[in-house]
Amino acid sequence: MMNKIITRDLNLWYGDFHALKKVNAAFQANRITAIIGPSGCGKSTLLRVFNRMNDFVEGVRTEGEVLIDDLNVLDPAADLVSLRKKIGMVFQRPNPFPLSIYENIVFGARIRGTRAKRGEMDEIVETSLRSVLLWNELKDKLRSSALRLSLEQEQRLCIARLIAVKPDVLLMDEPCSTLDPQATERIENLMRELKNNYTIVIVTHNMQQAARVSDDTGFMLLGELIEFNETKDIFSSPKDKRTEDYITGRYG
Amino acid sequence: MRKFREFIIEKLVLLCGIASIFFVVLIFLFLLKEGFAVFKTVHPFAFLGGKSWYPISEPPRLGILPLILGSILVTVGAAIISIPIGVGCAIYIAEIAPKKTKEILKAGIELLAAIPSVVLGFIGMVTIVPLAKMLFHLPTGLTALSGSIMLAFMAMPTIVSIAEDALYSVPKTYKEGALAMGATHWQAIWRVMLRAASSGILAAVMLGIGRVIGETMAVMMITGNAAVIPHSFFAPVRTLTATIAAEMGEAVIGSEHYFALFAIGIVLFVISFGINVTADLFLHKRQ
Repeated sequence: MMNKIITRDLNLWYGDFHALKKVNAAFQANRITAIIGPSGCGKSTLLRVFNRMNDFVEGVRTEGEVLIDDLNVLDPAADLVSLRKKIGMVFQRPNPFPLSIYENIVFGARIRGTRAKRGEMDEIVETSLRSVLLWNELKDKLRSSALRLSLEQEQRLCIARLIAVKPDVLLMDEPCSTLDPQATERIENLMRELKNNYTIVIVTHNMQQAARVSDDTGFMLLGELIEFNETKDIFSSPKDKRTEDYITGRYG
Repeated sequence: MRKFREFIIEKLVLLCGIASIFFVVLIFLFLLKEGFAVFKTVHPFAFLGGKSWYPISEPPRLGILPLILGSILVTVGAAIISIPIGVGCAIYIAEIAPKKTKEILKAGIELLAAIPSVVLGFIGMVTIVPLAKMLFHLPTGLTALSGSIMLAFMAMPTIVSIAEDALYSVPKTYKEGALAMGATHWQAIWRVMLRAASSGILAAVMLGIGRVIGETMAVMMITGNAAVIPHSFFAPVRTLTATIAAEMGEAVIGSEHYFALFAIGIVLFVISFGINVTADLFLHKRQ
């Protein structure tokens, strides 16, 4: 097994608030890692360190290292554009752009000024939509607005638009929290399929989801990574009392 | 007792509501009645398409095409100047400016909106007009161009504040999504946020143009007021509004000239109404 993302003594502050405390973890390639914990425990913050989305928050400060393929992404000189190409992010609320379905998918190529031919673009759109199982539903309305889709279709489209730029890592920040149970199940199936090609890190407040879909799980509480292990071990024999209390529903 | 007071207040407010509508309808009817009278002697097409406006010749020649073209020319010029600057300013305020600069700029824009148009016209008369004359070697600086520049200043506050509002209310998730895909800040603005705010920005532009087309004082002071068909931006023009303002005082009540000025009022009303309805459509589409 190969480590894709490694954090070393990662600390993060929002102003005076210590949001991540000495987080040490290794996320493995081609596996789904879930980060669970009660609201405000820092799980989304951790996710947003990996693609430097916290940079947009005022007064944020980080210490330590985050290595992705042996490259420290916290390096101020890191190339954020290529970093974010390599690491795609799926958000809690589906956020397709107010463009056509087609333009949503080629967005990544367009902002990189790729002068792909029409045919190549069409191919990117088809393969991306196929990989999220939307092609058959949408192939006849590629030119219509992406904002007229169902929530599930929108979320799939958001995943497709990431896949179109061939990332290594997919970060998912509670990707199913706005979806109904059936749609959630289908997205989870999609994740299982995608993990053959991508490293997936998913933040979820839904423990059942973590248990169903992930290979590894990290449990966070008040900014600390309390326990990190294979999912089956975390849920069957948690080593820390606090983990046990959380997964048995004593708080959170 | 309390109930009675409520009743009285309710009825009073109702009266205010009815009164405002009543007066608007009254004004509208008056405008129509006086304006349509001119069509007894002049065919509507001859009125709208006639190339000469000599209201006091004998018989009067009442063609308002030069005036319509004058209004359009000045308005188009003002739009060409104010739209890019206004939208650019809105982008800067909404997205790029640091907090303090933003506050200062917003206050500045409000200040610009507060300048009475006659003052702007006066300033334009002593600055832009001589400058235009000198720069382009014209016989007079009182041209459509001078008017456009001045009017652009009047449209700008409307355009900036409404467009800024539209950009500000674009869901943050769009921007985040674009940035997370590796877009630069500018790419996120250009490719996603402007699209998302497009209907609000169009409404801003329409309302700005609405203000320009209805403006009277400043254009009267600096466009030269020659009622001839303009052939370029460097020629004097006369707008619909300036015509009414300049001639209403001397038109004999009940004369053809007098009715023609009211008919110009109808034309202006139709144009403004059209612009406002379009702006409204865009605003509602946004919600």
